[in-house]
Amino acid sequence: MLLLNASGCLDALTAPGTAQQLDAFVTKTVTPEPREGNPPVRIAETDFGMLNAIGLANPGRERFIRETLPELRLLGRPIWVSVGGFSTQDYAETCEQLEDVTIELNLSCPNVDEAPESAAEIVAACRAATGLPLYAKLSPATWDIGESARAVEAAGADGLSLVNTLRGLALDRNLHPTLARSTGGYSGPALRPVALAAVHACRRATQLPIVGMGGVQSGRDALELIACGANHVALGTVLFADPEAPTRVRAELAQELARAGFSSPENALSVAHERVVN
Amino acid sequence: MPRRESLRVAGVEPIGPYSLLRLNRGSVDPGTPGQFFMLEAPGRVLPRALSLCQAPRGELTFLIDPVGPGTIALSQLEAGDQIAVFGPLGNGFRLDVPRPLLVGGGIGIAPLPYLAEALEHPPAILGFRTEFHAEGAVLIPNAEVVIDPVLVTDVLPADRDVLACGPEPMLEAIRARVPDAQLAWEAPMACGYGACYGCVVEIDGELKRLCVEGPVLCSS
Repeated sequence: MLLLNASGCLDALTAPGTAQQLDAFVTKTVTPEPREGNPPVRIAETDFGMLNAIGLANPGRERFIRETLPELRLLGRPIWVSVGGFSTQDYAETCEQLEDVTIELNLSCPNVDEAPESAAEIVAACRAATGLPLYAKLSPATWDIGESARAVEAAGADGLSLVNTLRGLALDRNLHPTLARSTGGYSGPALRPVALAAVHACRRATQLPIVGMGGVQSGRDALELIACGANHVALGTVLFADPEAPTRVRAELAQELARAGFSSPENALSVAHERVVN
Repeated sequence: MPRRESLRVAGVEPIGPYSLLRLNRGSVDPGTPGQFFMLEAPGRVLPRALSLCQAPRGELTFLIDPVGPGTIALSQLEAGDQIAVFGPLGNGFRLDVPRPLLVGGGIGIAPLPYLAEALEHPPAILGFRTEFHAEGAVLIPNAEVVIDPVLVTDVLPADRDVLACGPEPMLEAIRARVPDAQLAWEAPMACGYGACYGCVVEIDGELKRLCVEGPVLCSS
């Protein structure tokens, strides 16, 4: 089992000490052209989570590959590059230019206008463009995520990242949207049951490796994702509140596994799918 | 990177509409005036960014305006409670100024007591909305106090090195009159350490993270 960060929830160059607690570092989403992102206000806390509308701020593919990636490699951690775009060609061209990384295709950012093509079409084009490991990050806002999982598997994905944020809205005291872009991606503890359901459904639909994420705050939360079928776990919003969350969650997970009688995370994998025998 | 540590609450004291939260310092470094800390707000998903108000022996104090669920939770802490504190973060004020003048507006007076001590109590001007809010001036003895509709910019002397913190319109008005003023800005912040990109402000025509590049900025 690998412990990762969720894309966009950590800047490894600003906070290398946090990145080095992870088994691999996932970058913010890289798009072909540089993006400033959305105007502020970009974040809003809600009672059980938070909204963000950062808008894929990034230096663009060329500068990322030339400047950011070499610096990230100095951390000594495997790098996962989150790839985004606005057309199939955007995704495929970035994949073609990357070397010696794992690729996570951000197919579901709620804060930008999405590519019109289906997730499976984008995955197929990227599969043709690269031999690197290819994870498809899917939105939970779909009627049948298991069907989406089967489609991206058939298109050549090597794994799934589940889940991205859900679109949400918060109002300020004057009943106006708090975020400048009105809506944002909803993350944090409220997303956890949604993530569990998505991982559970996709584990039934496919045997692809799954990175589970969504509202993980504790070792118990990580274990529940594993029990639903996540081979790996990523931390998102919790990193904002606790830069030492990876070390803490890893220690708590070890305790939870021992308490439940599992010798390793692999032993607990998918146990939520097992029939209870009386 | 600074450490995150669980600190014990020594007490919470009302000052006008504000609350002064006193924490036992533990091994946390108070940092330089104008730097800030992320304080765990009980029951909330995200911590709150607060600049250090005072650093008396063995303690760290934070001035809180209880206006939302996080600041209300912090103001309702009781002696003996524990909260996680992460900092000091960001860039504080430059102290190498020959003729310092401190300017604060409302809850923006929060970093000024620690700053006043570091600069050996220079002159200060504080602006408040009401007499009740102006009770906060007790934290900065000998400061000139103005109350709305009088504004701090109405009484701002010339030829001073201004170090200011307050609401955005006040900071903009000061910047218009004193272009090289050091100004401590505020923005909604999720993490405080450069991870979330939530607190961006426009600096020199580019969107930059206030938590990393600020919160104290000098426009010149």
